[in-house]
Amino acid sequence: MKHLLTTTAFLAFSASAALAQTVGFSQIGSESGWRAAETTLTKQQAEERGIDLKFSDAQQKQENQIAAIRSFIAQGVDAILLAPVVATGWDSVLEEAKEAEIPVVLLDRQVDSDKSLYLTAVGSDLVHEGEVAGKWLVDAVSGEECRVVELQGTTGSSPAIDRKTGFEKGIEGADNVEIVRSQTGDFTRAQGKEVMESFLQAENGGKDICALYAHNDDMAVGAIQAIKEAGLKPGEDILIVSIDAVPDIFQAMAAGEANATVELTPNMAGPAFDALDAYLTDGTEPEKFIQTESKLYTQDDDPAGEYERRKGLGY
Amino acid sequence: MNALRRVTPQLLTLAALVALVTVFFPDFLRIEVVNGRLVGTTMDILKRGAPVGLLAVGMTLVIATRGIDLSVGTTMAITGAVAAWSITQGYGLGGALGLALLAGVAAGLWNGTLVAIFGIQPIVATLILMTSGRGIAQLVTEGRILTFSHEGMAFFGSGDVLGIPAPALLWVLTAAGVAFLMRGSALGMLIEAVGVNRAASALAGVNATVLLIAVYVASGLCAALAGIVATADIRGADANNAGLWLELDAILAVVIGGNSLMGGRFSIAASLLGALIIQTIDTGILLAGFPSEYNLVIKAGLVLIILVLQSPNLSHHWYALRRAAQSRRETAMASAKETGQ
Repeated sequence: MKHLLTTTAFLAFSASAALAQTVGFSQIGSESGWRAAETTLTKQQAEERGIDLKFSDAQQKQENQIAAIRSFIAQGVDAILLAPVVATGWDSVLEEAKEAEIPVVLLDRQVDSDKSLYLTAVGSDLVHEGEVAGKWLVDAVSGEECRVVELQGTTGSSPAIDRKTGFEKGIEGADNVEIVRSQTGDFTRAQGKEVMESFLQAENGGKDICALYAHNDDMAVGAIQAIKEAGLKPGEDILIVSIDAVPDIFQAMAAGEANATVELTPNMAGPAFDALDAYLTDGTEPEKFIQTESKLYTQDDDPAGEYERRKGLGY
Repeated sequence: MNALRRVTPQLLTLAALVALVTVFFPDFLRIEVVNGRLVGTTMDILKRGAPVGLLAVGMTLVIATRGIDLSVGTTMAITGAVAAWSITQGYGLGGALGLALLAGVAAGLWNGTLVAIFGIQPIVATLILMTSGRGIAQLVTEGRILTFSHEGMAFFGSGDVLGIPAPALLWVLTAAGVAFLMRGSALGMLIEAVGVNRAASALAGVNATVLLIAVYVASGLCAALAGIVATADIRGADANNAGLWLELDAILAVVIGGNSLMGGRFSIAASLLGALIIQTIDTGILLAGFPSEYNLVIKAGLVLIILVLQSPNLSHHWYALRRAAQSRRETAMASAKETGQ
């Protein structure tokens, strides 16, 4: 009996390992903490599944990524994960991979190439993230008047545009919730703090502000400091909702200084490996876009525990 | 009196800007006392202007020697990272400040050696650290935002003395100290001499090499102070974004201050007014509530107007215009006297 179990376990293990033994992963680089966490989680996921992950850091350069993919093809990997640094210029190298019959899965960002050139793309819907944040706020204020200030991401960047659109969609129909001021905080703590200071000055020392919506957690963390220094209580006097779910916002939530965050999960590799497994086992073609969950975390979701779970991921 | 006349254009520009922002935001000049601290937009400007103000002090000296220091923004990132790292490692406040200032001195020595000893053009010599420095800072922070909770350190960003924000005091005191050192001794004149003609001043007995290295070290020290303020402000070192593009704002502050990029005579007070002008524009734009797409366009437009109004060719016309008006008035007065008689 015991022998049978080990054999099955061994068979199961070797079967899954046989599907995708080596996977090449071309990462953009280490542009942000989120990116570092994505790398850590991809490596973890590969290890759990017994996959030999060949990791290549492109240092924010497309030519490095193309070179990495060519070397993956030459090494004859079973699949390639690609987090593309830009959207254009991938056609020829993706065709080379297709000719070598190596499936390519895009992580987090999209490319402008023909859809037949890659197996699938795993990513988050940025508009949906904003919508989740907006809906949370509408529920939280439950019909009361609410003047919202918004800290936008870098002007013109797609997360800034989409997260703004999504939030506006989320508060649509709720006439009591209104965005009164909106400025860019460049996705940084320092700018988030500076712009929040000016919002507080402009809105009667902050007394006229009911909530803050920040396009990322870092700006929210900066803004929380500005609110505290102005003598108000963040999380109570001014509700705070932001996006990303980085460790530091959970620390703020545990202290009652932030209210909600929408997760942009760095675990893009998990769904990617699942899709690859299904494809390599019986040829199941996945959808061309696999949307990751945009999970909402509030103060009730054990923020202190979430902080502990996340702080080692390299954010 | 002479010094006041030197900074008159900058003072007028600042007054005009304040008036302009007040039109959009009537409460601009109001200052309240909240929890024993002075709170108001002007206080925010003094506080927020600290990094550029500090950088401008060092940059003025470098530019006076006909040099330029492009590395100050990245030096801020490095020193901020060093400060945050040493605080989290438990070196204490003194240790953290000391190490951060030491990192600033090291950056200045590197730049100064390349410029003064190897004779590399300053713009290229400092470009090396500008591009590589963020990597160094990221090595220190291991690529993440290194946060700390140390009240003594945070004081340099959000503390206050007698109600006045600590960063504002820091840059005013630094500037006053450096200005006193420059003008109270012959040091300022020697720097100007090196800027006008290094070879001639060396022949006249000025140790130009040491002086050049010293101004880059001073610039590195000012950048270190700015880095400490920026890191203390957000209670964390953000190697990617701390001081990003601030070297350009610092150069702009020096230029708005009427200092020549060709070196020679300089005024630290005027550079600081330049820094205040830039910060007033930045804060004014945020308060006015325009869509953020316009931020940089408005800033560029205002800077252009200020620089054109201060341009030497135009100031010649101002002078001629004033002379003409004066002589007209004198003739009119003379003829009035004649008719009166």
